[in-house]
Amino acid sequence: MSVLIFVELDNGAVKKTSLEAVAYGAEVAKLTGTTATVLALGKADASSLAQTGAFGAGKVLHAADEKLTHENSLAYADVLAQAVQQENSKIVIISKSGLGDAVAARAAAKLKAGIVSGVTELPVINGSFTVKRSIYTGKAFSNVEVKSDIKILVVKKNAIEAAESTGTAAVESFTPALRDSDFQASVGSVEKASSELSLTEADIIVSGGRGMKGPENWQPLLDFAKALGAATGCSKPVSDLDWRPHHEHIGQTGIKVAPNLYIACGISGAIQHLAGVNGSKYIVVINKDPEAPFFKAADYGIVGDIFEVLPKLTKAVEDLK
Amino acid sequence: MKILVCITNVPDTTAKITFTDNDTKLNKAGVQYIIGPYDDYALARAVELKEQLGGSVTVLHVGEADADPQIRKALAIGADDAIRVNAEPLDSYFTAAQIAHVAAENKYDLILMGRESIDFNSGVVHGLVGEMLGIPSYSPVMKLDINGTTATLAREIDGGKETLSVSLPLVLGCQEPISEWKIPNMRGIMTARTKPLNVVEPVSGEVLTSPEKYSLPAPKGACKMIAAAEAETLIKLLRTEAKVI
Repeated sequence: MSVLIFVELDNGAVKKTSLEAVAYGAEVAKLTGTTATVLALGKADASSLAQTGAFGAGKVLHAADEKLTHENSLAYADVLAQAVQQENSKIVIISKSGLGDAVAARAAAKLKAGIVSGVTELPVINGSFTVKRSIYTGKAFSNVEVKSDIKILVVKKNAIEAAESTGTAAVESFTPALRDSDFQASVGSVEKASSELSLTEADIIVSGGRGMKGPENWQPLLDFAKALGAATGCSKPVSDLDWRPHHEHIGQTGIKVAPNLYIACGISGAIQHLAGVNGSKYIVVINKDPEAPFFKAADYGIVGDIFEVLPKLTKAVEDLK
Repeated sequence: MKILVCITNVPDTTAKITFTDNDTKLNKAGVQYIIGPYDDYALARAVELKEQLGGSVTVLHVGEADADPQIRKALAIGADDAIRVNAEPLDSYFTAAQIAHVAAENKYDLILMGRESIDFNSGVVHGLVGEMLGIPSYSPVMKLDINGTTATLAREIDGGKETLSVSLPLVLGCQEPISEWKIPNMRGIMTARTKPLNVVEPVSGEVLTSPEKYSLPAPKGACKMIAAAEAETLIKLLRTEAKVI
């Protein structure tokens, strides 16, 4: 009956967003008087799996088959459904991402489970089971009742504070049946900016817009991001103009981010961009135009020349160290 | 090549969202509706593939009659015919079951839709439909080419992208830059009027989740302004006040 949490791995280590999902799952387990079980697939670092115990997991089911190392939502969903059946789980928790949604969806269809994606708070369980989710790209929320026997919740970043304590989870080996039909796609090239911090995982993001005036001017922004240990993003026009790669595009039609701190440099704040960042805890806007709409959505603002302000900020951060 | 494109009917990205009826319904007054922006990319690529390979493009919408102008627009952009399943799409599972039913009856080579609807942002309907039909699903797809019965696609993965070759039939959730949005021309608008739009009733399906109440985020406090000459102050405030660095 345990709450089952599907985690994503990055080079064998459980991703930070997935650790949040573990903490969320552990809280749900407390609410329902059961335990939290983690499901991890493919090549994994044993100590990282055991560390999920510090976030509340009781045990880890690890399907170590090499075939599961490469991201494959079809096979992952199949394995997840088998784990749900083995554990007789009624609640499945997955961290929101492209992969998380895909796995959740296919597993839901197998299990005839109600699925709620974009969950922002712990469920309320009193006779009925209700969760709050983000809708209209962060412009509103919806309280959704889940009526099915098995429930799958896809949880947004920052849905709860994931406090790390001590404790380790026991890792058990799990050997699901794998279907050949899930492995028919042949994978060509994989381009991954592995040295960069992932935008969806980052605590701090520094983002640039058209106010940066050209791709050759990005260095001060990169320096500032480096000093902060931040990931870098950009607005849609910047990505459309090829000043920055498409996977940095943040906004309604790009990546939605929810860092603790979002710093926008030379971005006016079109509503489509705001839709991608409105999950951020704090927003800083630096723009030479005092009328930029982004200031209305910001916590802190500086009106000024980006290229004068950024080096000052970088120095101030370095001075802290 | 027989292509099905599923479209959503959603408030424009710039729409101000408010609720009525004791916060149980979206206030539609003054809200402009559009084809979901991601669905628009899927539709544009479908029309290009039809031009290139022959075949047909059918548009499918699960929703009520107020979506008909958007369905006509999709026909004007180049779809051949349309099906509207006459039901309010409030639950992903229910919506996917409707799509899967239509798809199973008509046997499409390719089922395209946006990576997510911009009203509920779930991004799960393509996966549900794929599993219900027992065929692969991929999302978000940024590039799609068809060669015979094989699709070559590029999809976004965390922090990058990968290319895949996989046999049809497939369900794909699409996003830019798979294609450029198309604007209907006058001839398209004229012919769209007479293209078939079949309204069918939903197949019975369980509604596994239901929205109870809507709410708006708490209003943002005032933005604290810092003079450019004292930019360093920002870093101090982020450390001592916001405690985020």
